[in-house]
Amino acid sequence: MGDVIIENLRAATEGQAAVATEADAVDRMPPRWVAMPDSTEQTAAVMRVAADNDLAVVVRGAATKLTWGARPERVDLVLDTTRMDTVVEHAAGDLIVVVGAGRRLDDLEADLAGSGQWLAVDPPRRGTVGGLVATASNGPTRLLHGPVRDLLIGVTIVRADGVVAHAGGKVVKNVAGYDVGKLLTGSLGTLAVITQAAFRLHPLPEARQWVSVAVSHPGGIHALVQQVVHSQLVPTAVELDRPATGDATLSLLLEGIPPGVESRTNAALDLMGTGATAGEDAPGWWGAEPLVGGEVLLKLTHEIAGLAHLLTALDDVCAETGFTAHLRGSVAVGAVTVGLAGAGDAHALARCVESLRMRAPSFGGTVVVLEAPGDGKADLDVWGPVGGLELMHAVKRQFDPGRRLAPGRFVGGI
Amino acid sequence: MDARDLLDLTDQLRTLLGDDAVITDHQRLRTYECDGLAQYKVVPALVVLADTTAHVAAVVHACAAANVPFVARGSGTGLSGGALPHADGVLIVMSRMREILEIDRPNQRAVVEPGVINLQLSREALPQGYYYAPDPSSQQVCSIGGNVAENSGGAHCLKYGFTTNHVTGLELVTPQGDVVQIGGKAVDAPGYDLLGAIVGSEGTLGIATKVTVRLTRTPETVRTLLAAFPHTDQAGAAVSTIIGAGVIPAAIEMMDALAIEAAEAAVHCGYPDGAGAVLIVELDGPTAEVEHQFDQVEAFCRDNGAFEIRIAADDAERALFWKGRKSAFAAVGRISPDYIVQDGVIPRTALPEVLRRIAAISAEAGVRVANVFHAGDGNLHPLVLFDDAVPGQSDRAEQVSGAIVDLCIEYGGSITGEHGVGSDKAKYMPRMFSDDDLDTMQLVRCAFDPSSISNPGKIFPTPRLCGEVPGRHKGAHPLADAGIAEVF
Repeated sequence: MGDVIIENLRAATEGQAAVATEADAVDRMPPRWVAMPDSTEQTAAVMRVAADNDLAVVVRGAATKLTWGARPERVDLVLDTTRMDTVVEHAAGDLIVVVGAGRRLDDLEADLAGSGQWLAVDPPRRGTVGGLVATASNGPTRLLHGPVRDLLIGVTIVRADGVVAHAGGKVVKNVAGYDVGKLLTGSLGTLAVITQAAFRLHPLPEARQWVSVAVSHPGGIHALVQQVVHSQLVPTAVELDRPATGDATLSLLLEGIPPGVESRTNAALDLMGTGATAGEDAPGWWGAEPLVGGEVLLKLTHEIAGLAHLLTALDDVCAETGFTAHLRGSVAVGAVTVGLAGAGDAHALARCVESLRMRAPSFGGTVVVLEAPGDGKADLDVWGPVGGLELMHAVKRQFDPGRRLAPGRFVGGI
Repeated sequence: MDARDLLDLTDQLRTLLGDDAVITDHQRLRTYECDGLAQYKVVPALVVLADTTAHVAAVVHACAAANVPFVARGSGTGLSGGALPHADGVLIVMSRMREILEIDRPNQRAVVEPGVINLQLSREALPQGYYYAPDPSSQQVCSIGGNVAENSGGAHCLKYGFTTNHVTGLELVTPQGDVVQIGGKAVDAPGYDLLGAIVGSEGTLGIATKVTVRLTRTPETVRTLLAAFPHTDQAGAAVSTIIGAGVIPAAIEMMDALAIEAAEAAVHCGYPDGAGAVLIVELDGPTAEVEHQFDQVEAFCRDNGAFEIRIAADDAERALFWKGRKSAFAAVGRISPDYIVQDGVIPRTALPEVLRRIAAISAEAGVRVANVFHAGDGNLHPLVLFDDAVPGQSDRAEQVSGAIVDLCIEYGGSITGEHGVGSDKAKYMPRMFSDDDLDTMQLVRCAFDPSSISNPGKIFPTPRLCGEVPGRHKGAHPLADAGIAEVF
């Protein structure tokens, strides 16, 4: 039967399907085949083969976040989107782009830079457009320009049953029909395959300044962030980098026209006090995940004013469990990542996460495990409690009743 | 619903909510027969006035048990018939739930009941240096719950986004009558982005009974100018130059000669004589930026042929500029007995071309069209003027209106930018979306409301049979059932 399936996959993709190798493993789950469609039509044909043969499908872009979420229960087929990498339309005057899901973000940035525009997700990375949407991996500039969900204005998708559908469009203002694009944003490939996406763009700023200052105590960090968010500085981003030991850094990105950035930089230096510095270059850590290699990566959300509670909770839990934590993220938005290191086994990690979740009401947020090495995810619920889970199950049942799209990877075993 | 079922349900709801909250008198029911789009009228079977989440949940639960449709209504200002009642259904009026529960400045959030009036929230937040950014023209009367249903925009959404960009949490009564908390003051709740699906779903996925919204810091400086041009072509070119230069104004609004004439007749806004088009451009933000870019914008307007530019010296003058614009829809009543408001969107760069084609359509049909629009984001509001008393005019106006919708789609735009699909534009949906597109959207509907009782008949021209009722799904895969797929 396997021979028939690979033949059908090859027929669907003009030969671009193969038996999987070890390198194609998804979170250490070995798939049997890899298909690389180069169009929405080919993707639909692949999904029909998957439907006919009840193949579990994991969609893969640049594979930079393929291990996010829980490990899928089964993986038969990896659907690689990287051949769908064309810029379909860049209407510079309308500040929109329509692009294939497989286009890399750093390539897209280069495509747009010539027109003085960009997709406001920083920093540039090798991940793909489709992956960006599927993982909702926002960058620091979401503070001003909005998260991925707000930049996405239209999608072309292939459903689990092979049906092709569109939602949204290529104009920014549009309320015709349900916003299926938002539903897919952050869905980790469990609802449909994204083959094309339309985004609103922003003009590249003429001037940029990063204003940074060393900060230490949770209370002091919170107070400074509060001063910044209620000020008239209109920062594009406010990021905190807090290594496991030593001082933390709070950095503001100010963007705009030169006279405006200059005046706001001066105001920011005044506000942030002694030791604050300004410069045209981003700090080295800007927008990167706080990982040195092989550690556990958490995503925490918090109420903006819950920051001190979050930092204290993290310190307390680390002291309790022996982990060290490196926190980095958008503290004026209330979404940060934490790299945990130096700890024990999966059981210890589960205890640490549980302990953080117990304290989550104090900062008004959630704790999700994005990545954990080895068997790290084995003992724990990576997603934690989820509001509206019944509705989410219902959505999944409608879109993928056969549970073929990354089964088990998402919240509540979806 | 037959008479007996109606009596049963009425009794039940009276017991649950009290006699005063249940309206059955035909005259009183008639006051709810339409929303802001008065050409569609349906008298609901029953109206209930909800005071609490528990009320809403109880009413919806009773409706679900009896399989009776329900429609939620806020202030009833919608322009697409989204709150049009169902003749055999219950209209749930949310406007008594109008308390601002919390203004949380440290977290830049407010928690409100759905009946709270949009502008009232901004007024409450203003002393603390904050406001609620989405500002539909009806903001003095429209409710936040209605804004959530319609994903309302407004003149300033060019820079600040729509309702969906400002809602971080909802308490939702599902179409089964369950109360679910989605999101909150923090962003990025784990799981599917249900907020993204619900905001703008026009009341078809349940009823919001509590809304957590982002509050926006009031800008340091606001500058507003009004520029008069001989023709819409020059005004359109000025818009393209402004955006092309990387300036994102808080708002850019355009009105053509006919719309100006109407506004003058209604509110005496004193726009420059002889203008074929006026632009209102507003910049806000940090003072240094705004001052610099405001000079640029003024120059761009002159370069593109503006013959008069007025700069608002104070809030009173700014209000006068906006008065003409914000009253435009109602003002058209001064120059025409009847009119249809369209809400199509086009790519901004196509503006001059599309306006010329609208003019041609208008001339050919002998039907006047006044144009008022959010020029910055290509959201047109053509007002198609007619006199219903003259035989044939109404049909011709409807044809012109449909031709304008087609034009928007031809240019890659949308049939609605902010008013919603509702009852009015469901018929146009197949022009913009394929059957498969609409079927896919209705999968979401089926997930939330498999019995299709939450505001049925809106958005989708043809309802989808959901085939699955939660908890009752058993048996073969639907594709296998349908013979589309085989199971190996």
